[in-house]
Amino acid sequence: MGEITYIDAIREAQHDLLSSDERVFIYGQDVGDFGGAFKATQGLKKLFPDRVLDSPISEDAMIGLAVGAALEGMRPIIEMQFADFSSVGFNQIVNQAATQFYRTGVPSPITVRLPSGGTPGSGPFHSQMMESVYAYYPGLVILTPATVADAYSMLIESVALDDPVLYLEHKFLYRWLKADQLKDGKDPLPIGHARVVRAGKHATVVAYSAMVHEALRAADLLALEGWEIEVVDLRSVKPLDTDTVIASVARTGRLLAVGEAFPWGGVTAEVVSRVTSDGFHLLDAPPQRLNSRDTPVPYHPNLWEAHRPTLESIAAAIRNLLQL
Amino acid sequence: MPELERDSKAAIGAETWESQLRRTFRAMVVARTLESKLSSLYKAGKIVGGVYIGPGQEAISASIGSCLSWDHDIFSALIRDQAGRTAFGEPMLDATRSYLGSVKGPSRGRDGNIHRGRPHNGLPAMISHLGAMVSVVAGMLLARRIKGCLDGVVGAASVGDGASSTGSFHEAMNTAAVEKLPLVVVLTNNQFAYSTPTDRQFACKSLVDRAVGYGVPGYEVDGTDLSATLRVISEAVSNAREGGGPQLVVANALRLSGHGEHDDASYVPEELRNSPVGRDCMEVAEQQLLSTGLITDAELLEWKKEAAEEVQAAVAQAQKEPAPDPFADDWAVYASTEIAPV
Repeated sequence: MGEITYIDAIREAQHDLLSSDERVFIYGQDVGDFGGAFKATQGLKKLFPDRVLDSPISEDAMIGLAVGAALEGMRPIIEMQFADFSSVGFNQIVNQAATQFYRTGVPSPITVRLPSGGTPGSGPFHSQMMESVYAYYPGLVILTPATVADAYSMLIESVALDDPVLYLEHKFLYRWLKADQLKDGKDPLPIGHARVVRAGKHATVVAYSAMVHEALRAADLLALEGWEIEVVDLRSVKPLDTDTVIASVARTGRLLAVGEAFPWGGVTAEVVSRVTSDGFHLLDAPPQRLNSRDTPVPYHPNLWEAHRPTLESIAAAIRNLLQL
Repeated sequence: MPELERDSKAAIGAETWESQLRRTFRAMVVARTLESKLSSLYKAGKIVGGVYIGPGQEAISASIGSCLSWDHDIFSALIRDQAGRTAFGEPMLDATRSYLGSVKGPSRGRDGNIHRGRPHNGLPAMISHLGAMVSVVAGMLLARRIKGCLDGVVGAASVGDGASSTGSFHEAMNTAAVEKLPLVVVLTNNQFAYSTPTDRQFACKSLVDRAVGYGVPGYEVDGTDLSATLRVISEAVSNAREGGGPQLVVANALRLSGHGEHDDASYVPEELRNSPVGRDCMEVAEQQLLSTGLITDAELLEWKKEAAEEVQAAVAQAQKEPAPDPFADDWAVYASTEIAPV
């Protein structure tokens, strides 16, 4: 592993966007001289003083303002300090931004960065995954990069899209995930394409965001027991690349969908539903889901580790699936 | 309305007071005529969904629109702003097509009634969630500042006493004040949010008291008095245009209709209807213009006749146009063509 972190990729993408496109500006709490709560905008205010702006603690107004700016041809990037706080801007996201193009024919290209997911000690209000809530609404694009290269290229693509994008960056990956370079040398996959990150033949694990890494570790563990587990990184939960998932299930006959979000409905339920509807004949066993527990995200690391899917619980779920 | 009276220079100061007053009043006449027709069409079962009109508030609404220039300024019209839309320059066909469900309307039948707009001409399309448009106008203004084309531009947002209770309103007012944007918020206190009277809506003496809290100039005016209302709104718009930052105008009037045409407003007390706030701004304005000689009886009759003809033509046009066809609509929800609907 190299020295470029996931958060470096986000910062670099924003730097490159500001440099190359005068329509881009960043608006959010503490994003200016302070450089953002996670330092995703460090140094950018100095380079682009008029296009990196601190906002009041007003998530509703932040999104409304972004939509207004987008109507005027700008490409705003909104940093929500934590994904959890986007609930305060929910109305503007789902009713203002998401409906704009359908209702008026005028695009509303905003990018909302959502620092998402759990880290030890973060507790109920600084740990949430919001993708399933937003994916419910027509008109939104929901991206969940799991690699350094995707963190970079998908943020660039988010801003290029003419539609409102929720870009879920996982806080657990910020400094833990590293790569040798920002770009992996390949052309980035287009928006809406999943990637098979590990080939296998006995079962498919579909995951996204930080869960991709837990799933890969579980697959490593299962390999010691002789099982070849295929891991699919969705990359984008909306659009959802059903074709890649079903092609994988066609190879393995078994499906486990893993998400860090709460278990009721959501992305994993959607994956299972689509595979069951379109690929029932491909399944050798009932498709399985693994999500967090159905409680608020707990504070204490002991509880948190038992709340979200982990290497161990994913491995257990795969073993169960292989015996069905 | 004749071209001369829609002269966009009007809003930026090259027009006489008398001319602007006439132009504003004429928009009120057109709006009242159009809305009466829409109400009749609704009651005759010709309009699906709701009809929301603004009788009693035309003086306030038209004053906002007449201080702004189409394709130059920004106006977020709300539920009772037909008069402001007319004065600002929205084509009447946008209204009749939206209400009558023509596929040629601005939202092609995808949204109706007052949720229409032309964002590229400075008229964003409102959503139903009150207070939510104020920050959108702020964002449009901020974009122009970043692009370097904010000079001489004003954005106005119309809200009501009900909207003033939302967090969205508060966040947007505060944000605009922090950014010192040329935003004029005109808050029409029409005494009722649907059926809720003001004593269940707010506890301050006047909503204009909130201006102090945002650090912006506040104005309060009798919204039934066209001359007074136009003066106050013009002053607020000029101050914003000249760099004075956000302005909050509170205009008091009584909603002389139900919340929508489905609502008989039987909850409005008779005493309130008969009090000064219950005056009909149309009658007040007519007297003001007639008594000062700004308009003659004959001219007024002519304006009303022309308004009726314009309304009739716009209704007839929309009625003969096709409704949206679910098999012809592309149902596209994404602007990006590269995103497949999955």
